[in-house]
Amino acid sequence: MAPEAKTEPTATRQAYGQALVDLGEAHEEVVALDADLAVSTQSMKFGKEYPDRFFNCGAAEAGMMSMACGLAATGKVPYASTFAIFATSRAYDQVRLGIAHNELKVRIGASHGGVSLGEDGASHQMIEDIALMRAMPKMQVVVPADYNQAYRAVIESYEGNDGPMYMRFGRPNTPIVYDDIPETLGSGVDVLREGKDISIFVCGHMVWRALEAAKTLEEEDGIEAEVVNVAIIKPLAGEAVLESLAKTGLAVTAEEHRVVGGLADAVREVAAEQHPVPVFAVGMGDEFGVSGTAEACMEHFGLTASGIIDRAREALVNKPIVSHPPIKRAGW
Amino acid sequence: MAHLKPVPDPTPPPEGGDRPSIEQLQRDATVLRINCVRMLAVAKSGHLDSSLSSADIVAALYYRVLRHDPKNPRWPERDRFVLSKGHAAPIQYAALAEHGYFPHKDLMGLRSIGSHLQGHPDMNRTPGIEVSTGSLGQGLSMSVGICLALRLDGLADTAHTFCLMSDGDCQEGESWEGAAAAAHYEIPNITAIVDYNHLQTDGTTEEVMDTGDVRAKFEAFGWDSVEIDGHDMNQVVEALERSRTLDKPAAIVAQTKKGRGVSLMEGRFGFHGKPPTPEQADQALDELEATLAEQTSSLEAAGS
Ligand SMILES: Cc1ncc(C[n+]2csc(CCOP(=O)(O)OP(=O)(O)O)c2C)c(N)n1
Ligand SMILES: [Mg+2]
Repeated sequence: MAPEAKTEPTATRQAYGQALVDLGEAHEEVVALDADLAVSTQSMKFGKEYPDRFFNCGAAEAGMMSMACGLAATGKVPYASTFAIFATSRAYDQVRLGIAHNELKVRIGASHGGVSLGEDGASHQMIEDIALMRAMPKMQVVVPADYNQAYRAVIESYEGNDGPMYMRFGRPNTPIVYDDIPETLGSGVDVLREGKDISIFVCGHMVWRALEAAKTLEEEDGIEAEVVNVAIIKPLAGEAVLESLAKTGLAVTAEEHRVVGGLADAVREVAAEQHPVPVFAVGMGDEFGVSGTAEACMEHFGLTASGIIDRAREALVNKPIVSHPPIKRAGW
Repeated sequence: MAHLKPVPDPTPPPEGGDRPSIEQLQRDATVLRINCVRMLAVAKSGHLDSSLSSADIVAALYYRVLRHDPKNPRWPERDRFVLSKGHAAPIQYAALAEHGYFPHKDLMGLRSIGSHLQGHPDMNRTPGIEVSTGSLGQGLSMSVGICLALRLDGLADTAHTFCLMSDGDCQEGESWEGAAAAAHYEIPNITAIVDYNHLQTDGTTEEVMDTGDVRAKFEAFGWDSVEIDGHDMNQVVEALERSRTLDKPAAIVAQTKKGRGVSLMEGRFGFHGKPPTPEQADQALDELEATLAEQTSSLEAAGS
């Protein structure tokens, strides 16, 4: 299979659909499940190609996750998809005991993550899924930045380890960050732009915005910002985070998610213990989402390039003058 | 564009307290449908066919069956309406606006930043919403909770709770937890109405996840359970009014058509969650306004 890279803005959920079909062709044990959102999550593509290996559960997410458990326990590799909100908050117990506790190779394809889901509003906008899945023992958490990286993430999810994995995809078409489909996600921490003054750790739909922010910071402030795409939030490649922190001594994180429990806290955990420098966060506070177009929602919550710029400027004012060398610790 | 014209007046409130006739309710349902098309044509987002499917049931409830007071939305003795199929919010918003819960012009803000009319009903933003919904399967258990509280407050004989559900609701396990709880707690003041239109997001209910004989399922859970034509206003009103006289939980399985009243989408797959294009909106409004004109003139003829 020759994966086709996208150049125009494309939704990451489309990569999920395409990669699922390609995996289905290569591996007989790959099966897919959905909960009456197969057109939206794109798993319908797989369903059309491999109807015998596709199970629509109807609007019944909890049951779907337990079915995925049963399928995995019996030798299949299930990809279970629905909106992020229903995959996590609706079916948390089923994912926790049936999938994570059993350390089963189930891949949860969670689409429509964050507030860029748009008009459906608070009831559908999942903004704490990364926190929930990060806290869940054994669960890996992957948040790709664009279509091309998302495609690789899904392919690698099959080849990778046997533990459970949560993958977050988005609804709107999103600008491309990776020119080609990357060979690999590697450690999951990828420096997209080098800089010495401040690190911007970022994931998902915020990555292209962070690149724009870095450009503006250079042009308007003469600041060299380092943009670090964190596609694998758990397990986090702490050394790579530390390396950037040691270089810049200051960080801003940006995510389409609550600042509690998400990427912000993942980075802060590394910083607090090993290289305590200020880590400012762009993300959602103690609040629910709201109805509006995807872009209007992102703007409403400051999840924009200018939101990142403002926070970076605030951080730069507070940058400590003396920076201590990082504490070395083995193992993450 | 037709969807930007003023919305027609609903049937004027009855003088002397007479409850609206079946013919008046049919016309009211058309007014609600017209509102929905306009709202979605402007919002360019939302669930039109899901809303049209429920229009007759919602009209029967708001214009005749529900005891409610738009001037006092939190009146303790009111009947409660819970939209478990929260994605059909536009039909409830239309009914609330027509009754003066909030200004009619608010409808045009549907689903936009700054509007109180969220994609799914939000009790903390919109007057007349009892509980926020949007995650399928929750409404029936919420309704049971409301009824338990009403019982504690001595209002079980006065205030009734009507919960409107969908095919998808019937697939969620939680709905059946609610059904069991209502029977277990012998709740007499609850009515579950299933808007059984046999279509969902990914296809027909029969293809996606067959819900089977929903009427028999409710009966097996210990409910009084009937099946009706959900677009026959006589049957809708009769079933709703009967349900509140029973001494046990009551289910009404309403056979409906998604997109009812707009022929381009009625009973057809492929419109779920898709707003009408301007052309479709105009076509829908032409059709609904023709229906309205007919209903109006036959009401006038009967009145004269
Ligand atoms: C728990 C949950 N899962 C999934 C969804 C997404 N969703 C919205 S509407 C719908 C199904 C629509 O079909 P149906 O329930 O039959 O309602 P209709 O519009 O036909 O009345 C789904 C799956 C949801 N809102 N809640
Ligand atoms: Mg339906």
